[in-house]
Amino acid sequence: MSSHYEAPIRRPLIIGDKNYHDISVDVAAPVEGKANKLWWIAFSIALTAFLWGIGCIVYTIGTGIGVWGLNKTVGWAWDITNFVWWVGIGHAGTLISAVLLLFRQKWRMGINRSAEAMTIFSVIQAGLFPVIHMGRVWNAHFVLPLPNQFGTLWTNFNSPLLWDVFAISTYLSVSLVFWWTGLLPDFAMLRDRAIRPFQKKIYGLLSFGWTGRAKDWQRFEEVSLVLAGLATPLVLSVHTIVSFDFATSVIPGWHTTIFPPYFVAGAVFSGFAMVNTLLIIMRKVSNLEAYITKQHIELMNIVIMITGSIVGCAYITELFIAWYSGVEYEQYAFLNRATGPYWWAYLFMMSCNVFSPQFMWFKRLRTSITFSFIISIVVNIGMWFERFVIIVTSLHRDYLPSSWTMFSPTFVDIGIFIGTIGFFFVLFLLYARTFPVIAQAEVKSILKASGEKYKKLRDGNHE
Amino acid sequence: MSNKVVQAMYNDDDILMDAVKEVRAANYHIEEVYTPFPVHGLDKAMGLKGTRIAITAFMYGCVGLVFSVWMMNYMMIEQWPQDIGGKPSFAFIQNMPAFVPIMFEMTVFFAAHLMVITFYMRSRLWPFKEAENPDPRTTDDMFVMEVIVDGNEDELIAFLEKTGTVEIKVTEKH
Repeated sequence: MSSHYEAPIRRPLIIGDKNYHDISVDVAAPVEGKANKLWWIAFSIALTAFLWGIGCIVYTIGTGIGVWGLNKTVGWAWDITNFVWWVGIGHAGTLISAVLLLFRQKWRMGINRSAEAMTIFSVIQAGLFPVIHMGRVWNAHFVLPLPNQFGTLWTNFNSPLLWDVFAISTYLSVSLVFWWTGLLPDFAMLRDRAIRPFQKKIYGLLSFGWTGRAKDWQRFEEVSLVLAGLATPLVLSVHTIVSFDFATSVIPGWHTTIFPPYFVAGAVFSGFAMVNTLLIIMRKVSNLEAYITKQHIELMNIVIMITGSIVGCAYITELFIAWYSGVEYEQYAFLNRATGPYWWAYLFMMSCNVFSPQFMWFKRLRTSITFSFIISIVVNIGMWFERFVIIVTSLHRDYLPSSWTMFSPTFVDIGIFIGTIGFFFVLFLLYARTFPVIAQAEVKSILKASGEKYKKLRDGNHE
Repeated sequence: MSNKVVQAMYNDDDILMDAVKEVRAANYHIEEVYTPFPVHGLDKAMGLKGTRIAITAFMYGCVGLVFSVWMMNYMMIEQWPQDIGGKPSFAFIQNMPAFVPIMFEMTVFFAAHLMVITFYMRSRLWPFKEAENPDPRTTDDMFVMEVIVDGNEDELIAFLEKTGTVEIKVTEKH
């Protein structure tokens, strides 16, 4: 037991009288059981939304981008708003699995698997937008520098949109192998528990024949650590590159050097909010309250509070610099945000992002599950509006007043967004029923240090 | 030579760690240890050498960086040195800042993927690979230490029984 010492001040991360076998049983239960009615209802709704979204995408590609609400002044609106929003949501997964691993945060272990799943699924949604917002989707492969019969015509490596291609595809693929490598021991656990031959075969296939030798574990841990070390700068760079889409432009309101860190902070902010939304439901329906505890939710709320404050700080910095710059275009851009025709979007963004995370200073509120759930949704609405405000309000009024215009979305814009939400939940709901949603091998490794039973034994049962 | 091994099973990682140390002190050869989760310090206790996989990742990253520099220099500076928005394409260094994002991404891409592929190959993991753990419980809550029988089998079993094992099996290793 001495090797598992932990300061008595730390609260237990695994509640109840659990042993190693109990963890396996609890994690395997949702996979081995049957889906209930509620799951089928949720799945049907998500699937319907997804199919509606596919319909809207097909309609767009078949008819033309003109079916969207874009005009020749506002060439980017819901498409890129949704793209940045989904990429931002994806970032929390990597933050939880990589950054918290580097900081040796044990509380990540209960939530990292689902957070990574969320990353993968939301980056898939994000990846749709750069493709479908093209006027000629069928030429999408031209973004790749492939040798060709046009005298080997290459791509232009100066464009942040090309950097996006590299950033998003690297991010998705690295997150995927990181997630999958972590899944191997857990799939192996499901394989070895499986009774039905079909399940045994499937999980045997998915687990790549994981055996759990001492040497395998040694390499596994080193690979996880190096991948975490690579994923951390990756996650910062990806949203930085996404922010370059705006920051490298000459548009007042976009051309800002604060965007890279500010977008990353916003991504962590909205991503953790989404993790909170999903896990508050998941811990309940999958009976995982012993592993995703109130303390996990509280800690995520603290991250939301900190990153929300960073975002708030960035808003104030932008306003100060606009005033301080003496550039009337920049000053007008911010005046327009606050008092122009989209004032309500700006107000939404400010109240959701700057004020709502500040409630987390109160212990009673941040430890309340209902309150956390509400705030987590409010934050994601606010962060959607943040991207919308940055994109649309900067475009619809800029240098030439004769080009000033308005933007309003059509049902196709909205339908595609709803479709991606549906697609996300289709994937997430399928994941929740077929994958081990908690990294059981990792949770087992902290059981003796952070399990409630073991902590009580160590503290000599003072309570 | 017979390939007999004794499989001593434990149900606790701390007991396993003590057992591994005792078995090594008694000069028996531990063939393999199977555990359901990473037991920290087990590789040290078994006397396993450190893994060099992080070093391979560093080298792969260097390859990725060199590749991206070569690619962009060839495409943007050597083959088609065009003026795109006034960017100076006379020499790589002049337009280097615009190439940094892709240089970075390619470094990470190569380092991450090639290291993971190396890990899968070295640890012999792939989709249709058959699992080789001696007991299905080793992915749940059982820890198995395999010790090669070299000499007196009964003596070895008697020794292992004192190390806190819950079950002992003697099998042929293929």
